[in-house]
Amino acid sequence: MRRSLGYSTQMVAPAQPGRTDPAPMRSAELRVAEATDDTLQVALAGHLDSRALEQLWQAGMRAIERSGARRVRVDLGDVSYCDAAGARFLVALRDLAGSRGFELAAASEQTLRLMELVAPSPRSRTESRSRWDPISALGRLAVQQLSELWQLIAFTGEFCVMLARCCVKPRELRFRDVIRVAESAGVGAIPIVLLIGFLLGLILSFQSAIPMRRFGAQAFIADLLGISLLRELGPLMASILLAARSGSAFAAELGTMRVNEEIDALTTMGLEPVRFLVLPRVLAALLVVPTLALLLNVAGLTGGAVVYLSLDLPVSTFLSRVSDAATVGDMLGGLFKGCVFGTLVGGIGCLRGLQAGGGAGAVGEAATRSVVSAIILITITDGIFAVLFYNLGI
Amino acid sequence: MQPPPPPLIRVRDLAAAFDGRTIFEHVSFDVARGEVCVILGASGCGKSTLLKHMFGLLEPTAGEVLIQGQSLTHATPSQRSELMRHFGVMYQSGALFGSMTLLENVRLPLEELSTLPDDAIHAIARSKLKLVALEGYEGYMPAEISGGMKKRAAIARAMALDPEILFLDEPSAGLDPITSAELDDTILELARATGVTFVIVSHELASIYKIADHVVMLDRRTRTLCAEGSPADLRDHSTDPWIQSFFRREALHQTTEVPQ
Repeated sequence: MRRSLGYSTQMVAPAQPGRTDPAPMRSAELRVAEATDDTLQVALAGHLDSRALEQLWQAGMRAIERSGARRVRVDLGDVSYCDAAGARFLVALRDLAGSRGFELAAASEQTLRLMELVAPSPRSRTESRSRWDPISALGRLAVQQLSELWQLIAFTGEFCVMLARCCVKPRELRFRDVIRVAESAGVGAIPIVLLIGFLLGLILSFQSAIPMRRFGAQAFIADLLGISLLRELGPLMASILLAARSGSAFAAELGTMRVNEEIDALTTMGLEPVRFLVLPRVLAALLVVPTLALLLNVAGLTGGAVVYLSLDLPVSTFLSRVSDAATVGDMLGGLFKGCVFGTLVGGIGCLRGLQAGGGAGAVGEAATRSVVSAIILITITDGIFAVLFYNLGI
Repeated sequence: MQPPPPPLIRVRDLAAAFDGRTIFEHVSFDVARGEVCVILGASGCGKSTLLKHMFGLLEPTAGEVLIQGQSLTHATPSQRSELMRHFGVMYQSGALFGSMTLLENVRLPLEELSTLPDDAIHAIARSKLKLVALEGYEGYMPAEISGGMKKRAAIARAMALDPEILFLDEPSAGLDPITSAELDDTILELARATGVTFVIVSHELASIYKIADHVVMLDRRTRTLCAEGSPADLRDHSTDPWIQSFFRREALHQTTEVPQ
């Protein structure tokens, strides 16, 4: 019985006309023959590299697996070249032959040495793959959550200490960084804030105008819009926009600094990362959110005024209704909420960045987590404010 | 009589510039098949840039690089990617993919660029990690291992497809002397046993003496090659004080900086 499996491949780019040294045709072949003396003869020939193995690997394995012969003899007599992948193939044949006799004929010194280099060492042959275990997974999850809570507490504490220190000694605050961050996070966000604000006002007024019209109450959309924007939507939308635009940027920047060991460099220079990096960003976010909320309110009311005009109502009525319905207290309350949301967005963005692990993937994850955590925090805090303001009668 | 084999890599009158600032020019040398060629030079003289030109990552401003007589510089994109399949490259910082384990990093080129069966890919990828003494670290993420281990893993990844030419950018920098010596042995072993050609950027004098068949030295002052030959030959027979100081690891007490 004799089977043969051959293949050939052209190495290195297609030959050009007139080339002096045409790339040699390199091919490899595997022939299997069952000898009479209970020995499986595997004859290899040609150029034994990873390309050749694409064809030969399974053929070789199958030949040994299927054969009942007691001995395996691999003949390398016609092998012109054998690289590390080829050597690994020979090792795999040897391992598969296992307790059966294995003989390598006509192997060069180099090939034998290479086989020794690529063969897995005995201790690592049995791979211990850890299985998924629900109890330890639960334990790991609990430990992870607790350590995250701990990190949050430690971070908040450190932030408060640094803030207090900077209040006593304002020179310790890097005011230039506050301005720089406020510019990129605030001034840069104005177009998107105006756009979203205008759309929000427009949609909210228009959608409420349709049912209100049935009762002839369309003039009241000014009240509705004024109160909901100033008290709730202005700071909420401004802080969510900040989380998406800048909170994620803080996390990505600090995460990259963590990966590049820049955070460690700061620490060893005696510069606390929280004071040096976090404080300017959080203060900038604190300043930026109320300002953006104010702009968003103006844009939203403009949108409402456009709807008013389209319903043939005078803008003066709109303005007087808004100022009647919503007080300055409503606006200030909303802006105060904005300050709190801004602090949370800036703080959680920085924390997620500082928590980032290693590698490019960790930075992306930190950015994602910063946005998700910020939105969750904003929602919870807004709920707390709603209860608080209601009970205080604000 | 048989003519000598043609050089595997020919660098012809190569020049490189970034934003009009010349890094080097008129660089010409050959690398023979199976030899270990080391590119030397002062920090900042463009060694890594030269290496990147040799494997076609950067376009030269003049001159060309020929691989087995075929121009890499003037190749069409498909010819170029075919040529590049015969290269393995290790970048200075390792450039391992951070979201994959070491084994997955080594498996990636095998999975994407070959049609080997899965158990073959697994066995070959693990054998490459063994070659760089990282057996047992298959499941680790790049962020979890040391800098020297990252370098070795990057070499394993560069070797995944058993390329004919391996380009290594400072492989032994940051390794302890023992690991560094082991890496030298691996390089020599691979060069001898499989005929892999190495082009290496290195500063480690001990390693250069041990592994280099051929060194080319770039000079920052003249912005071109200043010497070529075997390391011992350059050390013993060069008359240039800069080259002598380089091989003796001495400070050069004169102002040789050319203002840019």
